[in-house]
Amino acid sequence: MTHAVATNQTILVVGGGVSGMTAALEAAECGRQVLLVEKTPTLGGRTALLYRYFPKLCHPTCGLEINLRRVKASRNLRVLTQAEVTRITGARGDYSVALKLAPRYVNENCTACGACGAAVEATIDDPYNYNLSKMKAAYLPHAMAFPQRYVLDPSIIGTPDGEKAKAACRYGAIDLGMKVESLEIRVGAVIWATGWRPYDAAKIQPYGYDRYPNVITSLEFERLADPHGPTGGRILRPSDGREAKDIAFIQCAGSRDENHLRHCSRICCMASLKQTQYVREAYGEAGKSTVYYIDIRAIDRFEDFYSKVLADQTVRFVKSKPARIAEDAGTRDPVIHGVDTEGYHRYATRHDLVVLAVGMEPSVNGADVPHEIVADSSGFIESAASGGFFAAGCASNALDVNRSVQSATASALRAIQIVRKADRVEA
Amino acid sequence: MGAPGEFNLAALARYGNDFLAEVEERVEEGEWVKMCMQCGVCAGSCPFGPDWEHSPQKIFMMIRAGKRDEVLASDSMWMCTSCYNCVVRCPRKLPITQIMHGLAAYAHRLGLAPKMQPTRRWSLLFWDNCTKTGRVNELKLTLGLYFMDGIVAGFKQAWTLRNIGLGMLLAKRLNPFELIRGHECKDKAGIHRMLKKAAEIEARKRGFAKP
Ligand SMILES: Cc1cc2nc3c(=O)[nH]c(=O)nc-3n(C[C@H](O)[C@H](O)[C@H](O)COP(=O)(O)OP(=O)(O)OC[C@H]3O[C@@H](n4cnc5c(N)ncnc54)[C@H](O)[C@@H]3O)c2cc1C
Ligand code: SF4
Ligand code: SF4
Repeated sequence: MTHAVATNQTILVVGGGVSGMTAALEAAECGRQVLLVEKTPTLGGRTALLYRYFPKLCHPTCGLEINLRRVKASRNLRVLTQAEVTRITGARGDYSVALKLAPRYVNENCTACGACGAAVEATIDDPYNYNLSKMKAAYLPHAMAFPQRYVLDPSIIGTPDGEKAKAACRYGAIDLGMKVESLEIRVGAVIWATGWRPYDAAKIQPYGYDRYPNVITSLEFERLADPHGPTGGRILRPSDGREAKDIAFIQCAGSRDENHLRHCSRICCMASLKQTQYVREAYGEAGKSTVYYIDIRAIDRFEDFYSKVLADQTVRFVKSKPARIAEDAGTRDPVIHGVDTEGYHRYATRHDLVVLAVGMEPSVNGADVPHEIVADSSGFIESAASGGFFAAGCASNALDVNRSVQSATASALRAIQIVRKADRVEA
Repeated sequence: MGAPGEFNLAALARYGNDFLAEVEERVEEGEWVKMCMQCGVCAGSCPFGPDWEHSPQKIFMMIRAGKRDEVLASDSMWMCTSCYNCVVRCPRKLPITQIMHGLAAYAHRLGLAPKMQPTRRWSLLFWDNCTKTGRVNELKLTLGLYFMDGIVAGFKQAWTLRNIGLGMLLAKRLNPFELIRGHECKDKAGIHRMLKKAAEIEARKRGFAKP
């Protein structure tokens, strides 16, 4: 895998989420050579960790499966996982890129039979469930993981658990001697699609995410609702495992706030509207959702979705950004305090569970990209002086999947223009 | 300062019913009022919130709605204790505490502030006390506060707190001679010139009648 040869007609795509996969596939299917580099052991990015997609409420597996089939079918696309870009030098049409590949300790022989996972005893936090649960230290990231190959966590290398994993594998797929590798390649254009990360909810001090177990983030809520998640799809309170039926959603948790993220994260209104429908799906008329908001930003055609949720009797809207959350010492119920804007009524409302609609920030903040780029005040990438470097998806702005895909397609086209020029120069 | 009534009328004539423009020009930090997005965080964060009629959020909306008389006669701004809870939480970083004090001072200047509002009376007492000699005479200030509501109330209050007063006397924290001839700052005339200049600059900047 490490002898991935590239030339200045190759397009490098960094980040294997929906944006990076789309950009890579669009370019590869146009006949271009593409190298897709992903930091984690699997493609899919954050969308693979959602329960359902707005606006149609379909499951992410569906879209992911189509894309993965395209990846497998494409002869022009090579994928490197557990790989990171450490340096990019050069200019449009001719870049030199340094890559660092972390060892997986499992080679191509793996059939994903799971024998190593069964043999290993050590467990680690499961990042695919936002650490709400543990997983074995020999693991398949998730059901849709690509490549479908197990991973050994570095913490068990050199321990008896590592040896157990090796002994359990009947295909000789485990190679405990794998090392970190470095690689230098040449490419003509770079598409930066490293996506987003949730704003650290603990920084919003008055909401007590770090103090109250029944205050969670919207991402954790996606995992709770998912049948493949830590609770098998049941919406259970972290404090006592009781079913949460009266759920509050707090919008703009960290967004549109000079003390946190300045920008509107754009997707969280729709994400909460969608999540009220998870509550309805779970409990029917017995469920109760309350959305606390400054204003609902269901952009363009999403307005239809908003209208539907507005008509839902189980969902209540309170126009107010809550001032703080307290906790009932006995029941550990979160109590939301604030004043509403429609009438200026003071309220203190108890709920079973509070979901913070956390904002999106660029996963690699502008300053950390190993190349000279221009980023906006939130760190989203606008452009690069070198002329052949383009951002796609949430690396460029807070976008939903649909808009991420549009942005990725646009960047693929720009990258193709660059390598076509390089083509002609060489010919 | 000109007669409050006159000045009030002049301000009204200039701004018509655009109270927001008036606040922007004449109230300290008033230019921030338009930045409020009515989220409600300040209203919910104020520890005294339940006890006053108009939260900052509401005051800012009333300003924009042109409710001049209600805002300037409100006693809510006078209730602000400068805890700064709202300021640190406001997502738009409005200097809410400063605006509250600015509004209070402006209402007072126009003669529209509630006359018997205790904070207003206390502020006046403090201002007169400290500007007279250039430094605060704590004994006179305390006694002024005791006797604010009349002779009888004053003696009662002094009697209730007599042990504290005695303790302070013994600890040399209270000098009874301050009542007769208090400390003054070295250059009293200089302080007065400085205050006069500051008032002139403020009047020029905000278009107030010449002090
Ligand atoms: C609570 C919530 C619910 C949502 N629900 C919906 C929904 O229902 N419908 C919808 O349309 N959108 C939804 N979204 C938005 C959606 O998640 C994003 O639009 C989508 O994830 C963007 O994809 P991306 O590929 O740009 O980024 P990501 O999904 O973040 O993918 C980026 C990839 O890059 C990799 N990477 C990061 N750094 C590096 C690096 N240095 N080197 C190599 N690789 C790197 C990451 O590991 C990851 O695989 C939701 C968002 C939230 C917060
Ligand atoms: S999309 Fe909605 S919740 Fe998210 S930052 Fe914008 S207004 Fe706030
Ligand atoms: S917290 Fe700031 S933006 Fe929100 S209502 Fe108060 S002043 Fe306005």
